[in-house]
Amino acid sequence: MCGAVKGGPSLEGVDVANEAVIQGVVTRDGQPVGNAYVRLLDRTGEFTAEVPTSATGQFRFFAGPGEWTLRTLAPKAVSVDNPVTAATGVVAEVAVAV
Amino acid sequence: MSRETALVTADWVEENLNDPKVVLVEVDEDAEAYDKGHIPGAIKLDWKKDLQDGVRHDFVTKEKLEALLSAKGVGNDDTVVFYGGNNNWFAAYAYWYLKYYGHDNLRLLDGGRKKWELDSRELTTDVVDRAATTYTAKDADTSIRAFRDEVIESIGVKNLIDVRSPDEYAGRLLAPAHLPQEQAQIGGHIPTAGNVPWSKAANDDGTFRSDEELKALYADAGLDDAKDTIAYCRIGERSSHTWFVLKEILGHDNVKNYDGSWTEYGALRAVPVALGDEPGAA
Repeated sequence: MCGAVKGGPSLEGVDVANEAVIQGVVTRDGQPVGNAYVRLLDRTGEFTAEVPTSATGQFRFFAGPGEWTLRTLAPKAVSVDNPVTAATGVVAEVAVAV
Repeated sequence: MSRETALVTADWVEENLNDPKVVLVEVDEDAEAYDKGHIPGAIKLDWKKDLQDGVRHDFVTKEKLEALLSAKGVGNDDTVVFYGGNNNWFAAYAYWYLKYYGHDNLRLLDGGRKKWELDSRELTTDVVDRAATTYTAKDADTSIRAFRDEVIESIGVKNLIDVRSPDEYAGRLLAPAHLPQEQAQIGGHIPTAGNVPWSKAANDDGTFRSDEELKALYADAGLDDAKDTIAYCRIGERSSHTWFVLKEILGHDNVKNYDGSWTEYGALRAVPVALGDEPGAA
């Protein structure tokens, strides 16, 4: 695989109008990280959900409107936090570098 | 039960990879995870295809489970070590499920698939073939499984623990946030249930917190040791994780998992429901 794709997984079949989607891609030195774990923390820092990244480093959450934090864990890396705002009908794209 | 009898470490698993009496079993929410790479020698159970009836909303029968485990090469005297993704949610579910059908020697790999991966330990796509056995399950142990009528009668009487995330508990989300939110049930929680998200029982790498931390967590949440406890979530897998903590690690006597959980309760007509961040009155 040469370089990382841009953005999160395809939105085909996703009810974007009624969901507050947060998605993106995890990279290390520009290459996708397929064995990372991305967790979604709520506005108080409490764990809400976690997904492993796909082979292409991508992930997706269906959140509610509001402020969230993505915490990414990958082998041989310190965890990385990315704040993100979600809104219904909007796809929030987050590029995570570890 | 205790941590020593319920959990094994990743190092222990590596040291026992070639022990024929130790059966590693991967159970994931994403049933394809195993096929992309699994711990050497591990077999796979699909929590949906293998463990659900498929017609009725229930487990497979004792006879079907016996046929499944026999074909998979699991013996009655084998030590079964479950591991999986999502911080062992579905591995804990399978552990609880086999406990329900009376298997004696069960363990969870502390940290599950995530810790194994984050440690960069070996995963393989080799096909695993264990010789068939003749597995005999016991009659279901209903002392660890709650059904809806008991749950409704427990409002204000027993400890009810809702282990979903705070936003699901309050009714702001209907499902964990890695799943689409459109659902048949309404939002909220069972009145008087405390909210102790399952995730508070785990470290970031998926391993369980120490006994002292776990005891403090449930004591702070007001869990009354003198009362029986029922844990629930959305479909019963995250609450298996909490059932495991209370029953198998901390050794509480009467702990049940309500696997109907919010998908069932939140769809029932004319039962009490509480909205918001507080437990609510009986």
